[in-house]
Amino acid sequence: MIAENGKLLRVRDLRKFFPIWKRGVFARHVTGQVRAVDGVSFDIARGEVLGLVGESGCGKTTTGRVILRADTPTGGEILFTRSEQEEIDLAQLDRDQLQPVWQNIQLIFQDPYSSLNPRMTLEQIVSEPLRNYNVLEGSALRDRVAELLRLVGLRPEVMSRYPHAFSGGQRQRIGIARALALNPQLLICDEPVSALDVSIQAQILNLLKDLQQEFELTYLFISHDLSVVRHLCDRVAVMYVGKIVEISDTDELFNETQHPYTEALLASAPTPDPRVKRSNVRLQGEVADPSNPPGGCYFHPRCIHARDRCKTETPLLRETRPGHWSACHFAEELDLNSAATAPDVTA
Amino acid sequence: MSDLLLEVRDLHVSFYLTEGIVRAVSGVNLNLRPGKTLGVVGESGCGKSVTARAILNMVQRPGRIDQGEILWYGDPEHPGDIAQLDSRGPEIRDLRWGEIAMIFQEPMTSLSPVHSIGNQMIEAIRLHHNATEAEATEQSIEFLNRVGLSQPTRLLDAYRHELSGGMRQRVMIAMALTCSPRLLIADEPTTALDVTTQSQILDLMRDLQDEFGMAILFITHDLGVIAEMADDVAVMYLGKEVEIADVDTIFHQAAHPYTQALLRSIPRHDVVTERLESIVGNVPDPYNIPRGCAFHPRCNHYVPAQCGNPELVEVGRDQWALCARVHEILPASGERTNA
Repeated sequence: MIAENGKLLRVRDLRKFFPIWKRGVFARHVTGQVRAVDGVSFDIARGEVLGLVGESGCGKTTTGRVILRADTPTGGEILFTRSEQEEIDLAQLDRDQLQPVWQNIQLIFQDPYSSLNPRMTLEQIVSEPLRNYNVLEGSALRDRVAELLRLVGLRPEVMSRYPHAFSGGQRQRIGIARALALNPQLLICDEPVSALDVSIQAQILNLLKDLQQEFELTYLFISHDLSVVRHLCDRVAVMYVGKIVEISDTDELFNETQHPYTEALLASAPTPDPRVKRSNVRLQGEVADPSNPPGGCYFHPRCIHARDRCKTETPLLRETRPGHWSACHFAEELDLNSAATAPDVTA
Repeated sequence: MSDLLLEVRDLHVSFYLTEGIVRAVSGVNLNLRPGKTLGVVGESGCGKSVTARAILNMVQRPGRIDQGEILWYGDPEHPGDIAQLDSRGPEIRDLRWGEIAMIFQEPMTSLSPVHSIGNQMIEAIRLHHNATEAEATEQSIEFLNRVGLSQPTRLLDAYRHELSGGMRQRVMIAMALTCSPRLLIADEPTTALDVTTQSQILDLMRDLQDEFGMAILFITHDLGVIAEMADDVAVMYLGKEVEIADVDTIFHQAAHPYTQALLRSIPRHDVVTERLESIVGNVPDPYNIPRGCAFHPRCNHYVPAQCGNPELVEVGRDQWALCARVHEILPASGERTNA
């Protein structure tokens, strides 16, 4: 297959369902399915940062894991451009075929405490990917580890120490150094700053941004935090119950919202300024159950703009403006931003 | 005579561990006014949760309140010192849940897994009020209704694992309200929740405060939540308050370098920032709190000769900062905030 121009990753109709098992007298049988990722499609261009936001249980982490092929997708295509001429579908590969591909896709984890082996030194941790793929050995390997540590803001002299000697922010730097070791083409960052203290978050966000600009890295940046996403991402995809409901350029998503769920998310996020009052757009109820979603638009039971059509007809993600996609029947009619940003005069 | 509900004076709490002594809280002063919300904000390890526990005299071994007064103006003429009470005695038990209720970050662990919701609520009501089982049941239903839970009668028979995170926190708030507390201590009550659920819970807490007139001590690391909820704010760093002021002053005329740096370092969803101004270094480990001003290794304004042992300085009206150089750095920071 010939790669499409400039796209590093194209995800098409990706699905991941988890079976719900029930134990019977003689055997277990499947009684239902959790539709964790339910028909997700998006592109990431080379050198782009795509944010994937949503609340817990919306399928954003599962999407990341399936793209990495830590999980096997139920269906869909994951088209990854490894080299200029070659686009491969990761969904079709088996473990042996995936092995070389994993050089090009790396993961940065949320929890810097559980993602580093406490029995390995920094040198062993950071050099592990290089040793696995026999890229370097001996003093060249050591030099590369030193270089990586410097890159993430740690002194190379610390490479003989163990992770317990480091704070959360420093551990996250170690995790980033490990992820960068093989010069990956795609980095999947799964909530990389959520576990860190406020004063440390900014350091790691700046580091991720600097590295991205210096090496023109491509990130799939998974987060629940809209302010972090706004700071770092070029484009943002918003997920709700396994589906993407809106995707567009970051500024446009925040200023010209085209989906009521995005509006509600923006309205719910507290602003660190007491003079800015939160709008009174409020979501009622709870996130829909992904094993038993409501009919029509999954969001309709909580949507303040819902009409009869939303209860029966599932909206498709469609381009409502150039480069701006929304899965709402009434995306063009609704004036969502005035509600999301207007000061609440009644409060 | 005082117009305060609770006053914490020079509170010191330490944990005596085999590895050493952790001075979790060293000299905290708080003033809570009736019907108002005091926000306590700080990073992990700053002592904000320990302060909350000390107020209920609930510091667990090997921790101990070393010194300080926690004055409760339940009867304004005769304030009582909670720190002096026997932590298992009858007086403190009457105060806990009777006058001061507490909700925690993780509502999962605050509810019993083996008792139904109704069971726990009715027990709490009957412990503190002379109520029959039927009256207590009726009250429980009323309060579950009040916190926006539909089908409260059915909920009474439910167990905690059947509820979502938001519902559990609502149940905790309902339980806290059953005893009509005059002070609600909320320790990171929305940190484990999603933003849309968080906004529902924050709304609920504000509505209930308007209705019942209780004071809230709101503890969080989230500056956005503080901006939204608090009337007054105390910023804590390594066991000390570094700045105290009303919420508008904290966010628009912060005096302490730590508060200023913290505000500049957070990304915002309503403003685009090219680059965040991060605070250098890490939060020091609690066994080795830096000498002198604890913030000095990370401070842009540190001058060795001057930053010895800072004391709380009154900077403006009701604004206090723990910084020896606060008067020198204030003008410069004023320009910065306006720029």
